Amino acid sequence: MRELFPMKQVNGYIFSLLLTVVALSVYFFDMSFAMGLTILVVTAFIQAGVQLVVFMHAGESEDKGGIYVHTIYGVVLALITILGSLLAMIWGYMY
Amino acid sequence: MDFFDRFTIPPHDDPMLYASIVAIGLVSIAIVFGVTYFKKWGYLWSEWLTTVDHKRIGIMYIISALLMLFRGGADAVMMRLQTAVPDNSFLDAQHYNEVFTTHGVVMIFFMAMAFIIGMMNFVVPLQIGARDVAFPRLNALSFWLYFAGAMLFNLSFVIGGSPDAGWTNYYPLAGTDFSEHVGVNYYNWALQISGIGTLMTGINFIATIMKMRAPGMTLMKMPMFTWSALITNLIIVFAFPVLTIALLMGTLDRQFFTNFFTTGDGGMDMMWANLFWIWGHPEVYILILPAFGIYSQIIATFSQRNLYGYKSMVASMVIISLLSFMVWVHHFFTMGQGAVANSIFSITTMAIAVPTGIKIFNWLLTMWKGKIRFTTPMMYSVAFIPLFTIGGVTGVMLAIASADYQYHNTMFLVAHFHNVIIPGVVFAMIAGLIYYWPKMFGFLLNERIGKWAFWNIVIGFCLSFFPMYITGLNGQARRMYTYSEASGFGPLSMVSFFGALLLAIGFVLIVYNVYYSFRYAPRNVGDDPWNARSLEWATHNPVPEYNFAITPNVNSSEAFWDYKKNGHDLFKGGIKDIHMPNNSGWSIIFAGIFFVFAFCFIFHVWVGVIIAFAGIIGCLLYRSFEKDDGHHIHKEEIEETEKKFGGAK
Repeated sequence: MRELFPMKQVNGYIFSLLLTVVALSVYFFDMSFAMGLTILVVTAFIQAGVQLVVFMHAGESEDKGGIYVHTIYGVVLALITILGSLLAMIWGYMY
Repeated sequence: MDFFDRFTIPPHDDPMLYASIVAIGLVSIAIVFGVTYFKKWGYLWSEWLTTVDHKRIGIMYIISALLMLFRGGADAVMMRLQTAVPDNSFLDAQHYNEVFTTHGVVMIFFMAMAFIIGMMNFVVPLQIGARDVAFPRLNALSFWLYFAGAMLFNLSFVIGGSPDAGWTNYYPLAGTDFSEHVGVNYYNWALQISGIGTLMTGINFIATIMKMRAPGMTLMKMPMFTWSALITNLIIVFAFPVLTIALLMGTLDRQFFTNFFTTGDGGMDMMWANLFWIWGHPEVYILILPAFGIYSQIIATFSQRNLYGYKSMVASMVIISLLSFMVWVHHFFTMGQGAVANSIFSITTMAIAVPTGIKIFNWLLTMWKGKIRFTTPMMYSVAFIPLFTIGGVTGVMLAIASADYQYHNTMFLVAHFHNVIIPGVVFAMIAGLIYYWPKMFGFLLNERIGKWAFWNIVIGFCLSFFPMYITGLNGQARRMYTYSEASGFGPLSMVSFFGALLLAIGFVLIVYNVYYSFRYAPRNVGDDPWNARSLEWATHNPVPEYNFAITPNVNSSEAFWDYKKNGHDLFKGGIKDIHMPNNSGWSIIFAGIFFVFAFCFIFHVWVGVIIAFAGIIGCLLYRSFEKDDGHHIHKEEIEETEKKFGGAK
């Protein structure tokens, strides 16, 4: 029975629901903008990670090394793009 | 008649424009008539238009790229003619704007991109010993989407009016306030469609290179061009979505009155420039990396030495791919942001010169003590090294943010980017085309005519672009349709015009060479006319449909050289049945519907948009439920083909 029951997926599902609840709390509780956005960003990244690993089976094939490298490369580029845009369009005018 | 008013082009005083519209119409009719007269529609449809064969798709990309080279080249000659003498009135300001916009878009998106993707299509599966790309049908769709985009863009010239806001298409100039006619809508939709095709190519080739290499070929045993293709496609996948979204935002602004890039109502006009260059700078490396790959193949072959510093070549490409995403602000140093932001992007820009320099030294050291044969492809490669270095050095000059206030938007900049793109990309593609010509068609191009073309192109290039460095530093702004005699730009601009003519003669000679060699070149060149080194030369010329009769067994990046000189056993085992994908007309129909969709969208013909959209969904549904298991080429058939080529390899 243990082999047949997808324990990892059920746990992952519960965990992703939990993350959604935490993210939703930003709406229901009165908190500062910075605080709320921090919670949203952190939960969003963890959520994406959970989806990739648990439900899209990122780490289960032989080429998992390549998959993780590509994913990290993508995340790094996304961060560079966003932070760089902020630097060019907003922070660049302040300093 | 109100409905049809939208399709007319904005009034020009220029009779030349109407003459060329008539010429386009006549040529189109002649092509249709010719194909019908020679009864070639069936052949064209079943062998080319519906093909999923990577080699044929590659060749179709290259033919389209050459066509677009002449389209963009004609624009270039017109611009040089207009600016050859002061106060010239050959083109008016509006027409000049349309010409330089079209020149830029056509050359970057529809010539250079198509050329490199065509090269990758033809060469990469052969270099890794695969039968085709990972998703052959998707590959055909990529090509037809690109082709639909290219045709749509060229249609703007005849129906509705060409875009006129530069290939960079900056807002607010590209907004409806300043560009009222549909030109920029054409820009948005043509690039959108061909961009989707390019994105698919990116995914396709990453999957192909990661998953379909011949046994024994680890990543570090791939030929250098395949490495460059892998990195290029990685950049495509990360860069092109940005362009897609930016174009969509521009479309919404122009056609649905949103305010992403407007100057008022909370819009940020420079956000377009920011997004455009987030895609645009990586795009520069999308163009140049495959060119580097081709040079690596050619220089190693004709120096008869293995490529110097394989690992450092790979490492420098990986570093370039990362750095290429960190430098885009250097395209608008003068926007008004402060010294901190500019310094950061200035330093990252200069840093790219380091890995590029490593590559230059690697090529030089490959040639060092090599037995160099000066064939036409090698001559392009040898000319590339000093010319590209000059382009690179002026690039470092432009990278200095404070000095860029002087260079920005002058002819100096124009000289710089042509100096890297022409010796970098165009020379590489011509050299690659000549180098791989026997692989494609089974005969060599004539060396004598090839060298005539080479000297015309190299001298023409130097004459047309080096004077611009000087006039640029003297203050000549780019994209100005005329200048006064007192400015003193006249003589050097005239030199530029002569250079452009020489370039044009060079390209015509290349086409003449194709005709001449097709008629007169000997067909018995064998399978290895260049004494080459990497795996793609281990099969026949021209390559049979299935590429390799027996899947090769690889032990180094120069598997064919090992096979020839070191007794490596490349083909183990016997011939078996080969599974190949089926041809399908789905791709061209799908792209055709996309073309109609975009055309109706450009002109706000909403009924057409809805019908075409239903067609797009229909095509997707059809593909989802279609059963297509491909077909087998049987053992006997393969043995017969191999016998015709002179024995199985």
